[in-house]
Amino acid sequence: MAEDEHGGELRTATSSERTVSRGTALLPTDGFQNPGLPEHRPRVTDTDPRAAKRVERFIIFLFWLSFAATVFTVAAYFIWPIDREDITSVRANNMFLGLGIALSMMTIGIGAVMWSKYLMKDHEMVESRHKTEGSPATRARAVEVFQQANEESGFGRRTLLRNSLIGAVLALPIPGIVLFRDLYNGNNPAPVDLLHETMWDEGVRLVRDPIGTPIKASDVTIGSVFHVIPDGLIDLEHHMLEEKAKAVVLLMRLPEERLKEEEHRKSWSYNGIVAYSKVCTHVGCPVALYEQQTHHLLCPCHQSQFDVTEHCKVIFGPAGRPLPQLPITVDGEGYLVAQSDFLEPVGPSFWERKHDYNV
Amino acid sequence: MTTTSSPVRETGLIAKTADYLDQRTSMSGLVKELGRKIFPDHWSFMLGEVALYSFVAVLLSGTFLTFFFDPTMTHTTYEGSYIPLKGVGMSAAMASTLDISFDVRGGLLMRQVHHWAALLFVASIGVHMLRVFFTGAFRKPRELNWVIGFVLFILAMAEGFTGYSLPDDLLSGNGLRIIDGMVKGIPLIGTWISFLLFGGEFPGLDIVGRLYSLHIMILPAILILFLALHLLLMIINKHTQWPGPGRTNENVVGNPVLPVFGGKAIGFFFMVFGFIFLIASLFQINPVWNYGPYDPSPVSAGTQPDWYIGFADGMLRLIPPGWETYWFGFTWSWAILVPIALIMLLLIPVAVWPFIENWITGDKREHHLVDRPRNAPTRTAIGAAGTMYYGVMWAAASSDLIATHFHVALEHVIHVLQFLLIVSPFVAFFVTKRICLGLQKKDRSIALHGIESGRVVRLPHGEFVEVHVPLADEERWSITSYNDYGPLVVRPDANGKISTVQRVRAAVSRWFFEDRIEPITKTELERAKHHD
Repeated sequence: MAEDEHGGELRTATSSERTVSRGTALLPTDGFQNPGLPEHRPRVTDTDPRAAKRVERFIIFLFWLSFAATVFTVAAYFIWPIDREDITSVRANNMFLGLGIALSMMTIGIGAVMWSKYLMKDHEMVESRHKTEGSPATRARAVEVFQQANEESGFGRRTLLRNSLIGAVLALPIPGIVLFRDLYNGNNPAPVDLLHETMWDEGVRLVRDPIGTPIKASDVTIGSVFHVIPDGLIDLEHHMLEEKAKAVVLLMRLPEERLKEEEHRKSWSYNGIVAYSKVCTHVGCPVALYEQQTHHLLCPCHQSQFDVTEHCKVIFGPAGRPLPQLPITVDGEGYLVAQSDFLEPVGPSFWERKHDYNV
Repeated sequence: MTTTSSPVRETGLIAKTADYLDQRTSMSGLVKELGRKIFPDHWSFMLGEVALYSFVAVLLSGTFLTFFFDPTMTHTTYEGSYIPLKGVGMSAAMASTLDISFDVRGGLLMRQVHHWAALLFVASIGVHMLRVFFTGAFRKPRELNWVIGFVLFILAMAEGFTGYSLPDDLLSGNGLRIIDGMVKGIPLIGTWISFLLFGGEFPGLDIVGRLYSLHIMILPAILILFLALHLLLMIINKHTQWPGPGRTNENVVGNPVLPVFGGKAIGFFFMVFGFIFLIASLFQINPVWNYGPYDPSPVSAGTQPDWYIGFADGMLRLIPPGWETYWFGFTWSWAILVPIALIMLLLIPVAVWPFIENWITGDKREHHLVDRPRNAPTRTAIGAAGTMYYGVMWAAASSDLIATHFHVALEHVIHVLQFLLIVSPFVAFFVTKRICLGLQKKDRSIALHGIESGRVVRLPHGEFVEVHVPLADEERWSITSYNDYGPLVVRPDANGKISTVQRVRAAVSRWFFEDRIEPITKTELERAKHHD
């Protein structure tokens, strides 16, 4: 702000402030003078040669220490190898290699900074700034260059020629975008169809996750919870994880009087045993926590809570919809099976999702 | 190892090499231009340096990791040294991550260096941004460099997330699942984007390989390019400096690159490196062997993203239940769209802030002296409000841990944070602005009356006075020389009309500069002297 002539050699740029808008800035009319650089104060190492010598010796020691630490690091690589029989050997290997490298770097760093701080000349120097823009002559010349190029090429004159070129160049990247269409192969089924189906189907047994043993209705005691996958999932050669990501189910048994079931869904449960999709309707994390006392399901990622007694309606957290219910029954041997696939898409909402499912 | 200066011998190797290079590259011009360039010194100027040096650590450790990492999702069976997972099926990415940790000497160290350095990288960028914002170092001619820096900040977070997802462990897989769920919530294109991203249904077999090429090639290339631009512009514009005696808007006071500034910078570079290695050798980070390979079914309670993604994850948690509508035959996931909008409400103003402020002040001059935060009260208050807004989102990412650690109900934590998200930025704004004005008043009274010495003197006629020690010129200059803006007064244009834009600008300008403390003048000081 101030216009001081420090040292008389600095070309001030404030003259430009007359030409450039200063907006609503208030220029001080009765301000103080910049008192100029304060007097330089010498350091102890400037005035006392013995102190300087001491610091120098210490820095030399640091650099030698760094070298020693480097040697130590290489030695540590062999002294503390990783022993296949003893997994804890990784800890020693990691620690001694790391500490060796840390020490070798820290000492160089501290030494270099001390050298700069205590031994190098530390007089503050002044350098003048110039406006960032080029000098008027340079700017004029730059404009002239473009004008000459324009005249000689006819870039401004031959508008159709020029605009044809611009249009052609603008169109060039389009194939580059189109080529990415097959990030999801075009011969594969439509995404929306895939999101509507899971491995569940009529008669598919509910089996335990991850071992795959079937579940008898009589095994499911009141208050218990089972993590369930469809039978045959773990034998899949391909797309096992994709199928699993859609088909995981939680199986719980509640006292029947606690279940407040809608009329058309009464047949979906069996003796108070209900099955719900384990994929959170918020963004798809597994809803893995079940509170026995309250009959609430809790998603550990974003804390959505679902009330199992009321068809898993959302009672807290960011989820937008209840968890889809899997209709179940028992087969001839008393094992739990699905009556059909889910009657609505599981997992997070998506744009094409309809609301007229049979639920 | 001697510090006595020995001039380079004209026939020596160094002189010959320098001569050889200069004859082929004209490098002497570069040395002439940059060798004695003056850099001002202040502790806050090192924050950007920390970002730069930790980035180098990330690059070097990451390069080491690429030699051992297998970025594919081919199913394999782990047969390495870590007994608990022996014989477990997992992807090659996860298996090779375990091999790096347990079968490569120093591999775990490099993984931890990479992760800690990445965390430090994003953190130092954040603090560096705050420094630049609160001191007004983004003003002309540095607006473009602020935008470039903002791009670097976003790139750093993108690098962090893509890298976090590479090991294909349970935690990172859940992170990707969240991304998948968010992408699917985008209207019209969400489903397709999700399928293109994962090459089909989640999780598919492609995502790790795709993230790998982003993480180690595409994003770093853009990052290094923007970093080079960032540093080049800093050299062209020269560094800002704090106001003080002898420092003006037309000069730069400090130490030359060679030797002092360069020596300090190189030393600091090694210190940052050493510090990262120290943490990496003593503190575990991301122990993927505890989480196991990715499986869509299990998840552990208390899952946390890396800290810099926390604000986005936290924002997702703050949405009330049931925010989803079915309109025109399509599903609108407000539970996804609103958090994205609220995050943009923070990021977009940050990205374009220099232009907003410039529009308000109308000041087209170059600024090379930074503001003390107190001397730009409204800007500082806005910064505090934004920081608070970010901080509440960030805290929400640990809502479950806050609940378990402090024995409070999770629902209460969420409700309190929802309340704070809306209210606390306003409170922060108001409080910060008052504090700034109070500090300015304090400066003003010190400049006028000097510092209270604590000595009370009784005058001959019985009056007691406290002696004030007047300020030295240097001290007074440091606290009284600052930019001061008045509110904009709208005036009709040539047609005698006042446009709506001008009215809005005037209103914002009033809000900005109505409450202000003007710097003292000589006359005021003279008057004060007569009073004392």
